[in-house]
Amino acid sequence: MAQTKEKVATTKIKAQELAKEQKQVSVSEFFLKNRHLLGFDNPLKALSTTVKELVDNSLDACEEMSVLPEILVELRQTAENKFVIIVEDNGPGITKEQLPNVFARLLYGSKFHSMKQGRGQQGIGVSASILYGQLTTGKPARITSRIDVKHPANFIELRINTAKNEPDVLTEKEIEWLNKEHGIRVEIELEGKYQKGKLSVDEYMKQSAISNPHAQFTYINPLKERITYKRATNQMPKPAKKIQPHPHGIELGALMQMMKATKAKTMLQFLTNEFSRVSSNVAHEILTKAQIKQETKPVDIAHDQAEKLFKSIQETKIMAPPTDCLSPIGEEILTASLKKEFPAEFFASTTRSPSVYRGIPFQVEAAIAYGGSLPKEELVRLVRFANKVPLQYQQSACATTRSVINTVWRNYGLDQSKGAIPSGPAVIVVHIVSVWVPFTSESKEAIAHYPEIIKEIKLAVQEVGRKLYSFVRKTVRMREQKERASLFDGYIPELASTLAVLTGAKKTELEEKLKERLKKDLPLILEQQA
Amino acid sequence: MSEKKKSADALKEFGEKIVRDIKAGKNPAIDLLVRGLSNVEFDKKSKTLILGKKMAQRTFFNVAHSKKFLQTVEVAKISKDLIEQGKHASLRDVFYMAKRTIPNTKINLVDEQAESDDVIEDLEVITTLSRENLNVNANKNGSVAGNVIIEDRGDTIDWSKMGSGGWSIPSNTEELKFKKVNVKYILYMEKAAVWERLHEDKFWEKQNCIIMSSQGQTTRGIRRLLQRLYEEHKLPIYVLTDLDPWGHYIYSVIKYGSINLAHISERMAIPGVRYLGIRVGDIDKYGLRKNLIQLNDNDTKRLKQIMEYDWFKDNKEWQKEFEAFKKLNAKAEIQALSAQGISFISNKYLPEKIKNQDFLD
Repeated sequence: MAQTKEKVATTKIKAQELAKEQKQVSVSEFFLKNRHLLGFDNPLKALSTTVKELVDNSLDACEEMSVLPEILVELRQTAENKFVIIVEDNGPGITKEQLPNVFARLLYGSKFHSMKQGRGQQGIGVSASILYGQLTTGKPARITSRIDVKHPANFIELRINTAKNEPDVLTEKEIEWLNKEHGIRVEIELEGKYQKGKLSVDEYMKQSAISNPHAQFTYINPLKERITYKRATNQMPKPAKKIQPHPHGIELGALMQMMKATKAKTMLQFLTNEFSRVSSNVAHEILTKAQIKQETKPVDIAHDQAEKLFKSIQETKIMAPPTDCLSPIGEEILTASLKKEFPAEFFASTTRSPSVYRGIPFQVEAAIAYGGSLPKEELVRLVRFANKVPLQYQQSACATTRSVINTVWRNYGLDQSKGAIPSGPAVIVVHIVSVWVPFTSESKEAIAHYPEIIKEIKLAVQEVGRKLYSFVRKTVRMREQKERASLFDGYIPELASTLAVLTGAKKTELEEKLKERLKKDLPLILEQQA
Repeated sequence: MSEKKKSADALKEFGEKIVRDIKAGKNPAIDLLVRGLSNVEFDKKSKTLILGKKMAQRTFFNVAHSKKFLQTVEVAKISKDLIEQGKHASLRDVFYMAKRTIPNTKINLVDEQAESDDVIEDLEVITTLSRENLNVNANKNGSVAGNVIIEDRGDTIDWSKMGSGGWSIPSNTEELKFKKVNVKYILYMEKAAVWERLHEDKFWEKQNCIIMSSQGQTTRGIRRLLQRLYEEHKLPIYVLTDLDPWGHYIYSVIKYGSINLAHISERMAIPGVRYLGIRVGDIDKYGLRKNLIQLNDNDTKRLKQIMEYDWFKDNKEWQKEFEAFKKLNAKAEIQALSAQGISFISNKYLPEKIKNQDFLD
């Protein structure tokens, strides 16, 4: 690749070089072959995946530090199909020593599910974006970081050494970073494609602003349009808590891996220490049923015993997992957030109580914006979020879409064709938060169809649907009343003139008398049903 | 007082009552007898449908009534104009004379002819004038042939010499005079095509009868003409319709009067008419089984309604016929007889039925 060209090959080291090159090629190949799993299927998606990775990191970092995020996102076009993506935050920054490592962990994933609601679950790491940029443009990533006012900012140029899977720091220096006490700025140049529309970075930014109402975003797109998304709240979201896995949510394979990795000396310890809601009584019950002795070392559990244990866990009644570990956006803030982003007339939100699927806590929020200058003749726009991250792709495969389609929207004042998303001047928002959001595939764009989740989403959208209906009914009623009142403005002269011809009475006199009577009767007339 | 003046005054009085309401600062109201099944009674003595005493009030300042209120006043005005000018208008004419968008609204005074037609019937009830007195005519519809001579507006007309189309019956038959009526009975049929068949076969000549038809529901002009011939010349009347609930109702209207026009049954109903066919018994007798049409849900529903009408409920013969019809679960058109030969109806079916007095009363 680019860097190998620069090298001067001598016959002596040729074999060595070749071996290296081969390894290098294989990492690159692996990446390119699997790019669809990692969100780099096409240049359009590469752009938004990279923005998403960087923004997710920035938001998580700010939340950890409890600072209200101020994030700049800029896309600069450098050639027809080349873009520089710049994301800058006001987070805690990263120390000089840690900097290269944080950004060069290539394709690193944790073995076990992290049982904590977080954006990261979506991601595959910024290093993939850096590698993609390196492979498509040959350019290093440029990173500036500052941890506090007492330290200067550090600037590095970084490449990933695909042979060693290590960072190659090309430049490293201290610089002045004016007006920035702490934070990180990352610049990655890569091959991409920019366009407007539903799958665009523009749309991603707008949706991120909705799902992160405590953050302020400044976004500059390649057309040099600058959009500022102001905060809808100055309140930091409630921090999400990490919990231990619930026994009912664990798969056999994972259970076996946990037994291999645990520090617990006995099975009793293993069960009570590594799972939530397992008291020694419950552990005892599980082990007795599985015919396993309490003192058995977890590493000594054979495969058939593990199967018995797994079955026994399923058969044992265990208290549902704690649900205070979740951090939804919240009804009021979600409504405020929508009001900021959509020119609608009516807004409603609901946050359901937490619920559990397969031992995993989750919670659903739904919101609706209706009327105003939203397009009347189109299908309703469905905006999906998982753990506050917008889901832009694979709408039709998502549990959210299924639940919205299966709701009878006619009951709530929207038109709907059979088997379709409703139509009308509305935006429907569905947000699911969970310590482990189940996606249909690795690309993490659609939520899997668990009955418990579908049911909760449905209940949530029905709730906002009912709120919508009472609004729609009220406006229709008011419009009808107005029409009724004006009806008689037309009817009175008509009756007066017809009667004048029929009887010879004076038209003006009749008209006046009728108008007097109308004034008296108007409140009654407005209540009448046509 | 002339008939004309009486009608015009009745309409004016109708308007003046409303004017009095308005001047008194009241919500203008029109009181009228309810028309419809809920206010129709079967009078066992006269054997006709008569209107009950249930009253309804139509008020102007009521969103549900106001448009109909305006329509009623409008049509009264149109009718009074017609009477004063000595002109007659058709129902369709009246619809167009009333049709317009009310200024400053998006509302048409009338949208469909059915609305103005309905209001004319209301005005009949309100003023006790007949539609003919209101100078409104229905479309003329129907033909007649037979050994009868009449006089109409000074012209002498011989119903036996009217060519292939017969005499075309006007919408208003009140004024015509019978000069010579030399026949034994009247055969009335619901289908014009059947009438043409019988006319071509010279049925009326061979049988010395009158053949008369309209298309579908019998018009008021024809009903009045039938009633006058029945009363003034004591002619038996036989009705020939399809074997279906709609055919049965055509017979019912001629005999007992209609639900909609119960207020004028006295001048329309002919309790003495009898039903000749098609009867359920004819199906096997005349080999019609292969020409049956399955009853649909609508037919079945209508049959059930008719069976429960007061004037059929206690009629054992008819209930037997209805039951047999329900069991047959199929209908037959008069023209099904043509399967046995084009003139089967004139040469065999009708003469035989009449000879055997195979009627339902």
